[in-house]
Amino acid sequence: MLEIEDLHVSYGAIRALQGVSLTVPKGKIVTLIGANGAGKSTLLRTISGLLRATGGSIRYEGEDISRLAPHRIVSCGLCQVPEGRMIFANLTIAENLRMGAYLRKDAAGIAEDLDYCYHLFPRLKERTTQLAGTMSGGEQQMLAIARALMSRPRCLMLDEPSLGIAPKLVRNIFRQIISISRERGITVLLVEQNANLALKLSSYGYALETGRVFCEGSSETLRQDPKVREAYLGR
Amino acid sequence: MDSFFQQLVNGVALGSIYALIALGYTMVYGVLRFINFAHADILMLGAFSAYFLSPAIQQIFPLPGIGGALVVMLLAAIICAGIGVGVEFCAYRPLRKRPNLAVLITAIGVSLLIEYTCQHRAVFGAETRPFPQLIAERNLDLVGLTVSNLDVLVVVMTVILLVVMWLVVNRTKIGTAMRALSFNREAAALMGIDINRVISFTFAMGSALAAVAGVLYALKAPGIEPLMGIHPGLRAFVAAVLGGIGNLPGASLGGLILGLLETFAGGIAGLSNYRDAIAFSILILILLFRPAGILGKNSVEKV
Ligand SMILES: Nc1ncnc2c1ncn2[C@@H]1O[C@H](COP(=O)(O)OP(=O)(O)OP(=O)(O)O)[C@@H](O)[C@H]1O
Ligand SMILES: [Mg+2]
Repeated sequence: MLEIEDLHVSYGAIRALQGVSLTVPKGKIVTLIGANGAGKSTLLRTISGLLRATGGSIRYEGEDISRLAPHRIVSCGLCQVPEGRMIFANLTIAENLRMGAYLRKDAAGIAEDLDYCYHLFPRLKERTTQLAGTMSGGEQQMLAIARALMSRPRCLMLDEPSLGIAPKLVRNIFRQIISISRERGITVLLVEQNANLALKLSSYGYALETGRVFCEGSSETLRQDPKVREAYLGR
Repeated sequence: MDSFFQQLVNGVALGSIYALIALGYTMVYGVLRFINFAHADILMLGAFSAYFLSPAIQQIFPLPGIGGALVVMLLAAIICAGIGVGVEFCAYRPLRKRPNLAVLITAIGVSLLIEYTCQHRAVFGAETRPFPQLIAERNLDLVGLTVSNLDVLVVVMTVILLVVMWLVVNRTKIGTAMRALSFNREAAALMGIDINRVISFTFAMGSALAAVAGVLYALKAPGIEPLMGIHPGLRAFVAAVLGGIGNLPGASLGGLILGLLETFAGGIAGLSNYRDAIAFSILILILLFRPAGILGKNSVEKV
């Protein structure tokens, strides 16, 4: 579904990605773990077209998307829930969700997806006219995921959805990510610091270290791997 | 009493024009965070568009006359919308990833370029030209008080355009995208919003409003010339800051306040030479107490 090969990205002299290769198979959940500054967000931002790669290729459903503008990539069915949520705090919840469906014209499909989002996160439904900026962090994360779902993506990338959220709510959000993937057949690339939890719900995983893939394998293998355990699982 | 009322009407009419111009400054600031100094020159180009269009329009619609005047304003608005979009595309878009200061200086450059190009003999020339009479000025009797029909037209058109703009920004999809983009450009792009399209749309709307304001301003001005935009442009810019830059109702309110201040300060005998000094002193006082502008407190409401 999503194939990244030998990707290089720099911020001026800082070489943030130095030859990253990664594959996300259709319908699967793939986890990407890595310490702060490893380059995880850089990778997702490059896939979404916010940054330009200096080398390598990004193929989505067989097409090279590395030269497309961000909105074109969304229209291909590849959407991102960015780090730090980035909800539109000055818009209401309903308006945020409407913006998620910006490129769509099928009113019936939009209404259906809106129902689905409200079913996943009932708390959003109670507050459609509330300004998004006045919601709690956890609610904002729900909104960010729901907003991305409104574009009806075939592949969803999430950048640290557990950031700054209470453990109980994190489990709830992760459960919803699994059901999104199962019920809608959406392929997921999940970036997480919470490696233990993330590797439990994914089938395959990659660990990134200073711009390079440090190790990869089935999630089960990674969870048992002593190197990974030491570096990311804290024991 | 009658003269007070007359001043009030003049002030509101002048303030309305400032409000229309201020809207363009504030909308562009909302999406790009810089002051488009060339906005004042779009206003001038709007007046000149009307100047050159009216002889042709006159063949089809009677001028002076309200119908013909509206057609002239509509065409001037369309022309200026195109110019505004063109200026953004050529001058500002290539600098999109540069610091805002670079764009700001470019905007001043574009403004000077337009002004002095238009002053050249081969373009418009520097001399003042009489503006065609699009509407014959008459005095209307409003419940015992006399007002000029031009003032009524200015106020009515402004109110309609402000309401339309409010609806566009708050009730349409592209307007919502403008507000989303204003809050977080990257997040907007990640949601599939074509940033460039929304920015072009913003420039088109702002420039169209400036063109209408330019025609309305010219109707009462002694004539038009290439530097005519500077005075109302500066006041509208101040109005936008006063109301809270990036805030639509704030721009309208700021325009109104500035128009009234200028008119009333000018009407006091012996003080009329100091009217700008008085108006701007009051302005500085307001900004001392509300640095973000009168309605600019909550960034949540920003365009
Ligand atoms: N805008 C930028 N300009 C310069 N360097 C940057 C920029 N953004 C990120 N970097 C650098 O690139 C490297 C990778 O950053 P990135 O944000 O991708 O890390 P990350 O894995 O997402 O970390 P975190 O877990 O903290 O979110 C870091 O060394 C960072 O300092
Ligand atoms: Mg990150």
